[in-house]
Amino acid sequence: MSLIQEARAREGMLAQPGTAPQPAAWSVTEQPWAWAVAALLLIMPLIANGFFLIEIFGTTLILGTIALSLMFLAGYGGMVSLMQLTIAGFAGYMVAVFGVSGNANISLGWPWWLATPTALVLAVLFGTLGGALAVRTEGIYTIMITLAIGAAFYYFTNQNWAIFNGHTGINTIATPHFIGIDWRSDIAFYYLTLAVAVACYGVVLYLSRAPFGLALQGVRDNPRRMAALGFNVNAHRIAAYAFAALIAGLGGVLQVWNYRQISPGSVAVERCIDILIVAVVGGVTRPVGAYIGAFIFVMLRTFALDFLVKVGLDGNRFRLLIGLGFLAIVFWSSDGVIGLYERWRKRGQHRDTRPGGHGHG
Amino acid sequence: MRSVGFAALTALLLSGTASAQEKIRVGVTATLEGTYTVLGEDGMRGHVTAVNVLGKKIGDKELEFVVASTDATPDSAVRAVRKLIEQDKVQILLSPLSGDEGIAVKNFAKTHPELTFVNAASGAQETTYVDPAPNFFRYNMDGAQWQVGLGKYAYETKGYRKIATVGEDYSFIYTQVFGLALEFCGLGGKITSRQWVPLGTKDFASVIAALPDDVDAIYLGLGGADAVNFLNQYQQAGGKAHLMGGSIMIDQTILSSKGNAKNALIGTIAASGQADTWEDPRWQKFVKAYQDSFPPEKRFPSPSLLATNYYGSTMALILALREVNGDLSNNQAKLKEALAKIEIDAPNGKIKLDSNRQAIGTNFVTEVVDDGKGALFSKVVKVIPDVNQTLGYDPATFAKIGLPSRTVPECKKY
Repeated sequence: MSLIQEARAREGMLAQPGTAPQPAAWSVTEQPWAWAVAALLLIMPLIANGFFLIEIFGTTLILGTIALSLMFLAGYGGMVSLMQLTIAGFAGYMVAVFGVSGNANISLGWPWWLATPTALVLAVLFGTLGGALAVRTEGIYTIMITLAIGAAFYYFTNQNWAIFNGHTGINTIATPHFIGIDWRSDIAFYYLTLAVAVACYGVVLYLSRAPFGLALQGVRDNPRRMAALGFNVNAHRIAAYAFAALIAGLGGVLQVWNYRQISPGSVAVERCIDILIVAVVGGVTRPVGAYIGAFIFVMLRTFALDFLVKVGLDGNRFRLLIGLGFLAIVFWSSDGVIGLYERWRKRGQHRDTRPGGHGHG
Repeated sequence: MRSVGFAALTALLLSGTASAQEKIRVGVTATLEGTYTVLGEDGMRGHVTAVNVLGKKIGDKELEFVVASTDATPDSAVRAVRKLIEQDKVQILLSPLSGDEGIAVKNFAKTHPELTFVNAASGAQETTYVDPAPNFFRYNMDGAQWQVGLGKYAYETKGYRKIATVGEDYSFIYTQVFGLALEFCGLGGKITSRQWVPLGTKDFASVIAALPDDVDAIYLGLGGADAVNFLNQYQQAGGKAHLMGGSIMIDQTILSSKGNAKNALIGTIAASGQADTWEDPRWQKFVKAYQDSFPPEKRFPSPSLLATNYYGSTMALILALREVNGDLSNNQAKLKEALAKIEIDAPNGKIKLDSNRQAIGTNFVTEVVDDGKGALFSKVVKVIPDVNQTLGYDPATFAKIGLPSRTVPECKKY
């Protein structure tokens, strides 16, 4: 697409009420709590110990990043992809296969600086190919085809021993060690995940208002008109898949460094759906929703069993509690926690007339 | 909203550190989700029975147990163990239940050399045979040890010459088939087909259709929900072959399942680390303790292999802790030494550890019988004492066979 075309597209979009990007509703001047959260995240290692730092906040950031890739596709592109976790898992597996692990017969033993980019490139390739398949469909069919890709990948890893080491998976995966820092030590790893999450968040936010993102939102809202305007609708969608695959891949690499281990259970169909739950609970209208959803998800997953036992109920029913929690959120707000927050804020501001940010596809 | 959460978290953290006085915290994992839920639940019953029988007191300290759930996948096990260590601050782990979990937890144990890991019930060979972790102790035998005697009994007494196997596609069942094949093929028997199904398979139609007709028996290495599903569909398909069973196939987790499918198992021969009807007083005492600890509708008529394993590992841990009077100083060095040396009088026979901290114990060949009231039990046919991890082979010869996998060992005499 030429620059002129893009500029024109931008004007065209701005003229269209409803799809136009608003002055960022999240902007820091309007949202003092955003500063507070940012500051809190920065000094987190002073507050939280190893478990909370990594298992709660580190995991939240990683899961949030993977969910962010889904949010990007669903929120801006109107494409609900269930294969984002599969792409993340694929990147993780590739780190294990190309890098160093306890399964010397499988791992090629490349240094991390070679293995990681290779894994990311392959993940993007995987995501692009999957996306190229998925863009031929719409709505529920996109969900089905991406779910099929996820399920196929799970069964493949479960039964392939040559590359993926079957049900056992790959253990004792080496983590990066450079400039004198062990990047898997708790504090270093936390800052690494934070940096990656912030970078991904920033890029998604930027893209949402860049010509590409605007065109993507145009494609979401009215593909036919966009095609008439001279945009290649499918190319935009595939490019969105490729970009989302990069984000998901980054999350996957962090995930595998976190656990130093990957197995088919990490890419099972339920895990794919977890990502959808995270995105829906948080709200797919804004990038920050992915992280909020991930935080709620991780808290519930980690503490539901303890909570039930503590109040004297049968701990075996903890999945039910998790389900009820999600049900409650989705019941009160179809737009997830973000939607709840927005409603609460609007009430406080005497019915602000602004249309609700980047609408939802 | 988030900051409120933080305040709550901080409060939780502070309270967590203040209350850990004079208690020895032990983390326990079991498969309380997924295909092996029933196994995990009975494992926990075995654990609770051991605590009931032996008590929680270690000198002037008291044991405190924290339970975490897994779903038989290695990553869920690592996540659960990490939570127990990092959040619940446990000092000792009693984990995990299933084969591949064991391999992952053993590898994880190496990153915490200061803690002690007692295997709860997992039985993959690799866990203690390949690159064992110095702080990982296993008081149950592995899948191959649990099959000792079965091949010989099938070949010599039952006269089976050709068999086919159906098993779940992961390390524990590979280990079981490994043990069976070494003995059965060593005597001259033939395994004509080995089918592997993913853990959690629901539809066995294609597997059943592919079972060969010209075999004397079919060996089933399935567990939990998979085993029940297979039996149901096998009966509906009109299957009539002689059956042989792995250690979690011919087990109370299946023999006590609802419905008629289990009746296909009457007369099936199997081998395992226990036999339901063993006369030994220690076993009978354990069965009684298990039955007394839970009302009939909340347990099996007789403990499953998982309950026995959890009982044995909990027992070893408590006895070793008492031996050192709960001394966990110096990275638990005394406890580790005591665990390595201890010889326990477990319900299923004497157990001691080899130099890889792997159990040497007693194995049982059994046959499934109906007790006349519709309940199925495994009846002892043969008891084989002192089964070690190399199954009586010279270690060098054993190493040449290779690690258990879909195709290892070959069906021949080694």
